[in-house]
Amino acid sequence: MTGIAVRGVAKDFAGTRALDGIDLDIRPGELLALLGPSGSGKTTLLRSIAGLEPLTAGTIHFGGEDATGLRVQDRKVGFVFQHYALFRHMTVAENIAYGLTVRPRAERPARQEILRRVDELLDLVQLPGIGKRFPGQLSGGQRQRVALARALAVEPRVLLLDEPFGALDAQVRKDLRRWLRDIHQRTGHTTVFVTHDQEEAVELADRVAILNRGRVEQVGSPDDVLDHPANAFVAGFVGQAVRLDVTVEDGQVRAGPQTLATAPPGARPGPAALFLRNRDLAVGSAEGAALTGTITGIARSAASRRLEIRLAEGLPPIEAEVGLDFAAARGDVVGLTLATLRLFPRDPEVGGT
Amino acid sequence: MSEISNPTVASALSEPRWVRWSLILIGLAYLSLVVLLPLAAIFTEALRKGVGALHEVFADDATYSAIILTLTVAAITVPLNLVFGVAAAWAIAKFEFPGKSLLITFIDLPFSVSPVVSGLIFVLLFGAQGLFGPWLAANDIKIIFALPGIVLATTFVTLPFIARELIPLMQEQGTAEEEAALTLGASGLRAFITVTLPNIRWALLYGVLLCNARAMGEFGAVAVVSGHIRGLTNTMPLHVEILYNEYNFVGAFAVAALLALLALVTLGAKSLLEWRYGDALAGKGRH
Repeated sequence: MTGIAVRGVAKDFAGTRALDGIDLDIRPGELLALLGPSGSGKTTLLRSIAGLEPLTAGTIHFGGEDATGLRVQDRKVGFVFQHYALFRHMTVAENIAYGLTVRPRAERPARQEILRRVDELLDLVQLPGIGKRFPGQLSGGQRQRVALARALAVEPRVLLLDEPFGALDAQVRKDLRRWLRDIHQRTGHTTVFVTHDQEEAVELADRVAILNRGRVEQVGSPDDVLDHPANAFVAGFVGQAVRLDVTVEDGQVRAGPQTLATAPPGARPGPAALFLRNRDLAVGSAEGAALTGTITGIARSAASRRLEIRLAEGLPPIEAEVGLDFAAARGDVVGLTLATLRLFPRDPEVGGT
Repeated sequence: MSEISNPTVASALSEPRWVRWSLILIGLAYLSLVVLLPLAAIFTEALRKGVGALHEVFADDATYSAIILTLTVAAITVPLNLVFGVAAAWAIAKFEFPGKSLLITFIDLPFSVSPVVSGLIFVLLFGAQGLFGPWLAANDIKIIFALPGIVLATTFVTLPFIARELIPLMQEQGTAEEEAALTLGASGLRAFITVTLPNIRWALLYGVLLCNARAMGEFGAVAVVSGHIRGLTNTMPLHVEILYNEYNFVGAFAVAALLALLALVTLGAKSLLEWRYGDALAGKGRH
């Protein structure tokens, strides 16, 4: 198992900086998600690790070996492309065998050995017996599996996946997630995957690296990034929070005319951003409540109801989740308690989500 | 897409019957007048004096050498443009570099320039009074009024055919498959041979056929550089003109018929490929 050390990596594309000094340690055998909005540089970082993008600055080490100057062919990475990039004129078996058949004669396994390996990999990705089909005859989920088998065939040191589930529908995506986790556990490859879906990242990965504008904002376990976001960007990007621009004054958190809560000790007075997830809000009776809001919308999900609540005119609506037995109608005034305060000083330069 | 299979939809969308039939008739009449009739005329004129006369025409040394010259020129020109076309399309479709749009414009240039002008350019460069004329004469190298000039002019005129056929296809296919091949350990050349070439093979064949058809049929540019030396620098199209001007109508039409036949064979092969090629693309191509 090989770890990856990324140090000070920068990448310019025709004057725009795609990666801006990335430092990242990927532990041997871990499943790491590169999470970020589009344009954050996550795919560029993945391609840089693979050797598909020459770096502007910085180094990349594979398990102590400097791989910065290594050609893509010599890095021994398994790369699964976003749209799979299967060779359309080759059968599934030929696709999977490709990495073995292009080896120099001395290192190439015997024909029988290659065939055996292809069958083994088709079994691993749970697609036995489709070796003679062409990629065009497969569904999206099947292509994804074949692409993974092809990448695994060369026994890569690390496995890199670019938006592995991006082009699949919701159900297939769920199945494949579980399946990828499974494969990872069985093969133990150091695996890095790129995603813009925070749910996918926290569900699948051992650790999540959150990227924004070519920089790493936070690296940590799903618990870390969800419960202890390092900054306003991370708080806004993971956990499906609603952002309220607030002010911290006299020990109180205020949004416009409303006082929302008592500020946590040590909160810096001044403009701040408050991130509210729908589970952070306890909804109760309006009577005697310090904070009230008006229900402006109700939406049903499988096990709960989601309320859209307006605190005051001019503030964006916030969301709360309540049980199915909670009686509420549009226009009702309810009392609110903020259970968790995710408060970050608002810096107009960095404030955007 | 052009056919509407649902009969109710068809009747709702169609013009009245008489309008449809008149449009079809107009189309057929136009096609007959412009394409079918001249083609038929060539073959009837060629056979006017019977098969024996034809034999006489093709027994003529000048005709024979014209055929050989035309085939020689095509045999040199098509491989040249094949290599250039693939290289140019590869560069344009798979890489970003400064001057890319300029290169595309240059590739299109032979399409927009009159062939006569194309021929003239080479006369101005390599002719006796041309830029390199004195040097060429001093070193006893003949380009104009000789095979190299004809090949140059034909190559210039047919330059865009293969590249133009490949560029859109290769752009659409992108670079992901090649990148996949590289990550799997293939060298650049290996990736090109095992991944790129198979993906473009039908378009490539199609481009080669078009290029070949034009290379054999080119008149204007070749007329300027060839000098019409009978038995030496006369290609088939030029030979047709000479025979015609000498009132040897059977000869002219016989050679023209052969040329048309070559074109028809090419077109037939092209249609066959289009059928295969479309199939290949729809069946197991795009993802």
